[in-house]
Amino acid sequence: MRILLKGGRVVSPQNKINTVADILIEDGEVKEIGKVNCGDCREYDLSGKYVFPGLIDMHVHFREPGREDAEDIASGSQAAAKGGFVAVAMMPNTSPPIDDPLRVRFVVEKARSAKVFVFPVGAFTKGRRGEELTEMALMAEEGAIAFSDDGLPVSNPLVLRRGLEYLLALDLPYLSHAEDLKLSQDGFVNETPFTAKLGLRGRPWVSEAVAISRDLLIAEFVGAKVHLQHISTKRGLELVAEAKERGVRVSCEVTPHHLLLDETYVSSFDPNFKMNPPLRSPEDREALVKGLREGLIDAIATDHAPHTYDDKEVEFDAAPFGVVGLETAVSLIWDKFVRRRVISPKRFAELLSVNPAKILGLRGFGKIEKGYPAHITVIDPKKEVVVDRDKFASKSRNTPFHGWKLRGAAVMTMVEGEVVSESF
Amino acid sequence: MRHLLSIEETPKEKIEEILSTAKGFLEISRRPIKKVPVLRGKTVVNLFFEPSTRTRSSFEIAAKRLSADVMNFSASVSSVRKGESLKDTVLNLEAMKTDLIVIRHPSPGAARFLTTFCRSAVINAGDGAHEHPTQALLDALTVLEHKGRLDGMKVVIVGDILHSRVARSDLFLFHKMGSSVVLSGPPTLLPPYFKALPAEVEYDLDRAVDGADVVIMLRLQMERMKGGFLPSLREYRARYQLTGERLSRMKPDGIVMHPGPINRGIELSHEVADSPRSVILDQVEKGVAVRMAVLSLLLGGEA
Ligand SMILES: [Zn+2]
Repeated sequence: MRILLKGGRVVSPQNKINTVADILIEDGEVKEIGKVNCGDCREYDLSGKYVFPGLIDMHVHFREPGREDAEDIASGSQAAAKGGFVAVAMMPNTSPPIDDPLRVRFVVEKARSAKVFVFPVGAFTKGRRGEELTEMALMAEEGAIAFSDDGLPVSNPLVLRRGLEYLLALDLPYLSHAEDLKLSQDGFVNETPFTAKLGLRGRPWVSEAVAISRDLLIAEFVGAKVHLQHISTKRGLELVAEAKERGVRVSCEVTPHHLLLDETYVSSFDPNFKMNPPLRSPEDREALVKGLREGLIDAIATDHAPHTYDDKEVEFDAAPFGVVGLETAVSLIWDKFVRRRVISPKRFAELLSVNPAKILGLRGFGKIEKGYPAHITVIDPKKEVVVDRDKFASKSRNTPFHGWKLRGAAVMTMVEGEVVSESF
Repeated sequence: MRHLLSIEETPKEKIEEILSTAKGFLEISRRPIKKVPVLRGKTVVNLFFEPSTRTRSSFEIAAKRLSADVMNFSASVSSVRKGESLKDTVLNLEAMKTDLIVIRHPSPGAARFLTTFCRSAVINAGDGAHEHPTQALLDALTVLEHKGRLDGMKVVIVGDILHSRVARSDLFLFHKMGSSVVLSGPPTLLPPYFKALPAEVEYDLDRAVDGADVVIMLRLQMERMKGGFLPSLREYRARYQLTGERLSRMKPDGIVMHPGPINRGIELSHEVADSPRSVILDQVEKGVAVRMAVLSLLLGGEA
C-alpha cells in the first residue's frame, strides 16, 4: 500500500530539508518528497504538523530477560512507538546480562516481533564485572551495535584502555556510564547544602567529573571514540567541551529529567525522583540547558528505567534508581525547549534522530530521503497532553512527571512505512 | 497540624504552641497522680526499626500519662526487608484501628512515606540522618527552663553533624527561634557546605564554645573509624571532647546538653558529665512533657 503524508513541515537536517512538503511512501521506502498527488494512497493531512526522521532513543532499559514484570521487549517497544521513537538502543544490564553472543541473539530474536527497532547494546565486560572483556566481535556479528556496562562504570582504567583498543578494530562505539563508585559512596542524591538537610547520603558531582576526565584521557590516549551517557553535571560538561576542542572523539547525551528537574524535587522523598545520576543542582541543570542550546550536547536519551510499582513503593533509600521516559520525552522536550524557542525544530531532529543514528552508526536512520527506509515521527505542536502514568503502554509507571500538562506530542510513528502508533 | 515530620517545615508559632502546651504537662508529671484522661480510648503505636529504649519509653510513658493505649512494635529493617514491606507492615497495624503511629526508622523520609498512604497521625521519632523533631523540642524546652528564652543565644552543636538527625532538627529549631547556631566537629563529619544550612562552621572547638549559652554534644558512633572519617578515638577526644577547660570558655551560666546515651570519656569528660552545668537528665524529663504535648495536639485532645 502507498501512503501519502500531506502538507507537513518536513525537517531533515542531514539533507538540508526544512520545508512544507508531501512525502510519498511505498514498500517501506520514501519514494518522493515535494508536491505529490496520489489517487489511491492512504492520505494523512499533516498541515500544521512537523515531520521528522524517526526518533531514536539511544538509552533504554527493557528488563528482558529477568524482570519481565517491569518491562519486556514487547511492552517497551510499544511504549517507544507511542512516544514517537522508531528505534531504541537497549542496555545490557538485564538478568542475566547481555554479555555473550547467544544472549545478543536472544534479544535480536525477541526484537523481531517488536513494534520498533530494538538494537542490543552488548556488555563491555563479562558479567559487567569490569574485569574481562566480552566477545565483542562475535556479539557484533549477532547484532550488538555498541558496548557498555551501563549502570556500572568500568572501574579499572586498564580494562577500559584494553577494551577501547579492542573496539578500534570493530569501529563500534563505547557508551560510558561515567561514575567513580568510590566517590559515589553508595549515595542517593546530589551532595549539596540543599540535600544535606535531608540526611540522605550524597553522590557528589565530583564522582561524575572524575570519571569523565579519566574516560576522556584514556580515549584520547587510545585514539578511541567514547560516548558519555546521561551527563548530569556542569563540570562534566565543561570537561567534554575541553576534550572536543582538543579533538577527542567524544559525544554525549543528556536525559529529559536532568534537563527539567533538579535536586529540590527530592525533598518530597518520592522515589520517582531517585535516579542515577541523581538530580543535580539548579546550576547544573542550567548548564545542561545551555549545552543543549549551544550544541555541546549531541543527543537526548531517556535512560528509560522501568521498575514495578511495588519496587518503587518503598522508603527512598530502599527504592531502585531510575524512571521511565519513553512516553514523556517528546512532549517534555517539545513543550519546554522547542515551543519556548530554546532550541529549533532542526536541533530537535539532530538531538533525537540525526546524532543518535550517527553515534550508533545506524544506517538508514536519521534522514528523510528518497530511497531511504520510511522511519518517520510526526509531531503535532499544538496537541495538549497531561502525563498520566496509568495510561502508559509501558508496564511500569515510575515517572516524575505525572500530572504535567504539556503542549506538543508525537501523533504518528512510522517504521519502515508501517504506522506503528497513531493518535491524532 | 496532622503529623509531626520535621522541624524544618514546622512554623515558629506551632513550635511555640507545642512548648507552651508541654509546660503544662510538666506540672502533671510532677504530681503524685500523673495521669490525665486526654487521650482515653486512643491507640498509639510505637513502631521502632532501630533499637532505642530511651525514645521509645519516653513516648510510651507520655502516651500512658495521657491515658492512651500503647502498643510497641520493634523490628529490624533487615528482617522486614526480607519479608513484608514497610507499607504492608503499617497497613496491617492500621487495620487494628490505630490513631497515631510513632515511627523510628533508619531511612530518611520514612515518616513522610507513611503519610502518603496511612490514615493515622504520624510522629517522626527519627528518620535516618534526617530529623528527630521531638528531640529538638525537648532540647528547646530544657533551654527555656534554664535560660528563660530561646532567642539571641549562641547554640553550639558538636560532633558527627553529617550523620546526625538531632543536629539537623536542633539547628532548624534554634535558628527559627532567633538564636545563632555554630557547628563544630572534624570536617569529614562536618563538610564546609553545612554553613549554608544556616549555621556557622567552626572546626576549632575552643573557639566554637567561646561565650556559648548552650552546647549540645552529639554521640559519636564507633563505626566512624572504619568509614575513614576519623583516624582514632584518642585524636577525636583530644580535639572534640568537652573538657572542664572548654566548659570554662562558655558563658558562666552556659549549659551542656546531650541527646544520650553518652559515651563517657569521649564526647564529655566525666568532670563535665557530672557537673551541675550538664542538664542531660533534665532533658529526659522534658522529653516526656514534649511528647505528651505533641500527642495531645495531634490527636485533638485538650491540654
Ligand atoms: Zn547509566
